[in-house]
Parts: sequence; C-alpha cells; structure tokens
Amino acid sequence: MSEQRPSTRRGLGRILVFVYGLFALSATARALVQLGTQASKAPVAYSLSLFSGIVYIVATWALATDRRRIALVTICVELAGVLVIGTLSHPDDIDRASVWSDYGNGYGFVPLVLPFFGLWWLWHIGRATRSGSE
Amino acid sequence: MTALQIALTAVAVVIGLWLVVLIVAGREPNDWLYGALGLLELGLIAQLVIGLVRLGGDHEGVNVAAYVGYLVGSLVILPAAFLWSVGERSRAGTGVLLVAVAVIPVLFLRLHQLWTA
Repeated sequence: MSEQRPSTRRGLGRILVFVYGLFALSATARALVQLGTQASKAPVAYSLSLFSGIVYIVATWALATDRRRIALVTICVELAGVLVIGTLSHPDDIDRASVWSDYGNGYGFVPLVLPFFGLWWLWHIGRATRSGSE
Repeated sequence: MTALQIALTAVAVVIGLWLVVLIVAGREPNDWLYGALGLLELGLIAQLVIGLVRLGGDHEGVNVAAYVGYLVGSLVILPAAFLWSVGERSRAGTGVLLVAVAVIPVLFLRLHQLWTA
C-alpha cells in the first residue's frame, strides 16, 4: 500500500505545507510590491526580500511533493536567512525590508520558528521511513 | 477596523471554534462548515470592493500597492486551504482550515495599520 508510506505532505506535514505556502505568498507579494513601487530605494534589500519569497516557494513545493533533499536544502537556506538577516537588520530598517528582518518580528516570529519545525519534520519523516522499510 | 472587518472577524472566530470542535471530536467538516467558509470568502470579496472604493477618496500616506496587495491576497487563502485540506480527510486536513481562518483577522489588522499609517 503506497498510500501508507510516510510522506512530508501527510499528517502534520499537511499543515506545515500550508503555512509554508502562506509565507511563500506573503514574502513574494511583499517583494513584488517593494520592487514594483520603489525599487530604487533599496534594491539590494528588496532583492533579498524576493529571494526569501523564492526560498519559501521552493520549500513549499518540495514539502508538498515529498522531495526531501530539496526541502532540506531550502529549509537550511531559510534558517540561515532568518538568522543572518535577523541579526544584521535593525527593527526600523527601510520599512522592515523582508519577512526575515528582526527575526520575523513583523510576522509573530513565525519565520524564526518555521525552519526549526521543518527540520524536525524532515527528521521525523526520515526516521519513520527507515523504520518502516526494515 | 471597519464594521465589515469586525463582523468578518466574528465569523472567523465562530468558524475557528467550530473547527476546533471537529478536530477534537475527530469528525470531518460538513457542508454547513464549507458554506460558512464560503460566506467568509464573500465577505472578503466585499471588502476588496469597499477597499478599492475607499482608495477613490482621500488616502494620504497610505501605501496603496501594499494595501491592494493585502486586499487581493486575502482572497486566495480560503480557497487554497479548502483545496489542500480536502486532499487529506484527517485532523490535519481540518487543521489546515483552522490555520487559514486564523490568518484572516491578522490580515484585517495589517489592512487597518496600512490604512491608518
């Protein structure tokens, strides 16, 4: 029964994929608004904002289709992004340039928690798969 | 917040509690619940129309692109959650709807902040 095989999109993963999708939408829309209306104000910061949106899009897609290696890579990039941008940014930088600014303070710190939850989920599913195949 | 936003927040809270009951009881959403979600979506469409009309008037200092972005973006969330949740009939599938409904009032706060900025 292939239906019973552990997958990153089932169970709690169902909710995780949706939350990633929400951030894919908000981060990308935010970047497009920034780049579309005031690109010259802070091109580097706004491009980074777009980058965060793309990372969320790829992570959402990978988790939704059980592509675990791609999910692992993108979630690690996401974690690095939120830690680095969170540390380097100031709370009142250019309208908080990305969802990662100030560790995702503008989004209830969900951007900071999400990658840890994602990594735990990949680890959990990986373990379930290994124990199931023995 | 506008009267419509307050009313829709109340609808969202009721649906949210309803979903919590379903999740705890391990039951699947029925057509009444989907109907309530449809009502909420209609409210969001009304909000988009009203929001655009408001932009026709005085909107000094409002970030118009972000404001419209939130108005339009808010329409995507409930249909996406519905499609994603029916793919797995389980507590987690119902949980997807709960997350979506919880996000709606947050969007209203953002819209309110953008409008009064």
